[in-house]
Amino acid sequence: MKAEPQFAFLDEGSKKEIRRATLKAVAIPGYQVPFASREMPMARGWGTGGLQLTCSLVGKDDVLKVIDQGADESVNAVSIKKLIRATTGIPVTERTEEASLIQSRHRIPEVPLTKDQILVLQVPMPEPLRKYEKKESVTKRLHAESEYSGAWLMLFEQIMKYGRTTTGADHPVLVNGRYVMAPSPIPRFDNPKMDHSEALILLGAGREKKIYAVPPYTEIRSLAFEDHPFEGEDFSGKSCRFCGATGVFLDELYIQETGMTEHQCNDTSHCADRLGRQEEKEVQHATI
Amino acid sequence: MQRFEERPLLKVENLTKQYGPGCGECSQPGRPGLIKNYCPSCGTVYACSDVSLDVYPGEILGIVGESGSGKSTLMQCLYFDQDVTSGTLTIDDPELAGENLFDVSSQRKRYIRNHKYGMVYQNPVKGLRMDFSSISNIAEKQIAAGGRHVGQMQSAGERLLDVVSIPLFRMKEEPRNFSGGMQQRVQIAKALSNDPPILFLDEVTTGLDLSVQAAVIDLIKQIQRDLGISMIVVSHDLAVIRMLADRTLVMLNGRVIESGLTDQILEDPNHAYTQQLVYSLL
Repeated sequence: MKAEPQFAFLDEGSKKEIRRATLKAVAIPGYQVPFASREMPMARGWGTGGLQLTCSLVGKDDVLKVIDQGADESVNAVSIKKLIRATTGIPVTERTEEASLIQSRHRIPEVPLTKDQILVLQVPMPEPLRKYEKKESVTKRLHAESEYSGAWLMLFEQIMKYGRTTTGADHPVLVNGRYVMAPSPIPRFDNPKMDHSEALILLGAGREKKIYAVPPYTEIRSLAFEDHPFEGEDFSGKSCRFCGATGVFLDELYIQETGMTEHQCNDTSHCADRLGRQEEKEVQHATI
Repeated sequence: MQRFEERPLLKVENLTKQYGPGCGECSQPGRPGLIKNYCPSCGTVYACSDVSLDVYPGEILGIVGESGSGKSTLMQCLYFDQDVTSGTLTIDDPELAGENLFDVSSQRKRYIRNHKYGMVYQNPVKGLRMDFSSISNIAEKQIAAGGRHVGQMQSAGERLLDVVSIPLFRMKEEPRNFSGGMQQRVQIAKALSNDPPILFLDEVTTGLDLSVQAAVIDLIKQIQRDLGISMIVVSHDLAVIRMLADRTLVMLNGRVIESGLTDQILEDPNHAYTQQLVYSLL
């Protein structure tokens, strides 16, 4: 006899445990809540933390969007969408506005999120102090005592060595004036989107067995020294080669045929959306 | 002398640190029946028993004693690396007036460490982050004390490295590339970087060769003269104590057995153990 697959893959007991950890995380913004990370049909390090959050949250009325480095069509994003659809039957979408639940790896969508949406981020390394202090027992104590010299020291060392902070992604942030948090490897460009976000942001680390959260309208400040203010990646003077968008996170591409570098939107659905609307306008003009 | 009219900057009363539960026999006053500092009936070790001491502003207090006499434990208790069993610690500071600092929360202890204390360990590995540059090592203490301005911290760090004679072109190098004496001097610069009123020096010259020892001792003397920092110097080397300390405590089996002016103790020791210690050296 073949057993019926469980709704959203995880058994109800596991979901309950994950939801409890999530509630605690929301109650203590930026605090890493330990949880019993389950085996998932996916290797740890491929987003099992985010996937477990998604599975514990998803209901029959949800619409899911999954992105991987800004792309909706990457293998990882497609596999996760397939798993959720096969076990729940809920619709998936690529349009950010339509989704109620968005699981993402390394990006926050360009379209501003609303209070009716939840963003789930996949986290490889939840501990912002890990490079400074290897022992978990010590970092727990440092968090408890609000002792964040280590996070500042890492930035100071970068400035000493390279003249500026060199965090390409995962630039540490202070949550609600209390906990320093790793925002997952989102580019610095996305850090300000977390500040007073209307949507609930949940972060899950499956391998490291931690869940943490940024509740809606929480203050998020990126760590920066007084004489070295925080700066996102700068794309001024550059625009997407397809849709012409400016003020968004752009990928730099080296085009072999021409030997030139060009830029294009990193958020593929945002780009496709813009292209679609431009086409619509052209069609309307043509018919008039 | 004038200092006897002053109030002590740091005052320790009846500090006791025991490892083990203690029993009816060893808990009695005077702790009779101990073998050295060990209770044979319950196995408790009394690393420090009823240690009291005062440190006055700008003075260097020396602590001597053999291995296992409790001097490092005393230092670790004062620096909050270890919790005490009982005792009081007060610092003459408007922020901390009247508080027993052994009883305050761990956040507050950390605040005192970051703002009031400097520590130089015997082994630089304990006091330095070997894979961060020297200038960052010095900045770590400033950051912990609330520094958030890179330019200011860098120039303060450069000034301190100059004080301890580390060439500035090596400031961005990690201390693991340095010789033992240089590492010790970086550690001293780090300990000084938050302008602490109190500096702890735990066997700072042990393991250094003689010329480097002399340089480090010179440096400590100079810092005391120029900055007026109070220091507690732990050493088993009487020559170091003779050169540095104004007053000295002699510890044996976790107790202070003799205290007084350093010259007096070295020239005219009272206690039999101190006599043995002094004569075995000279």
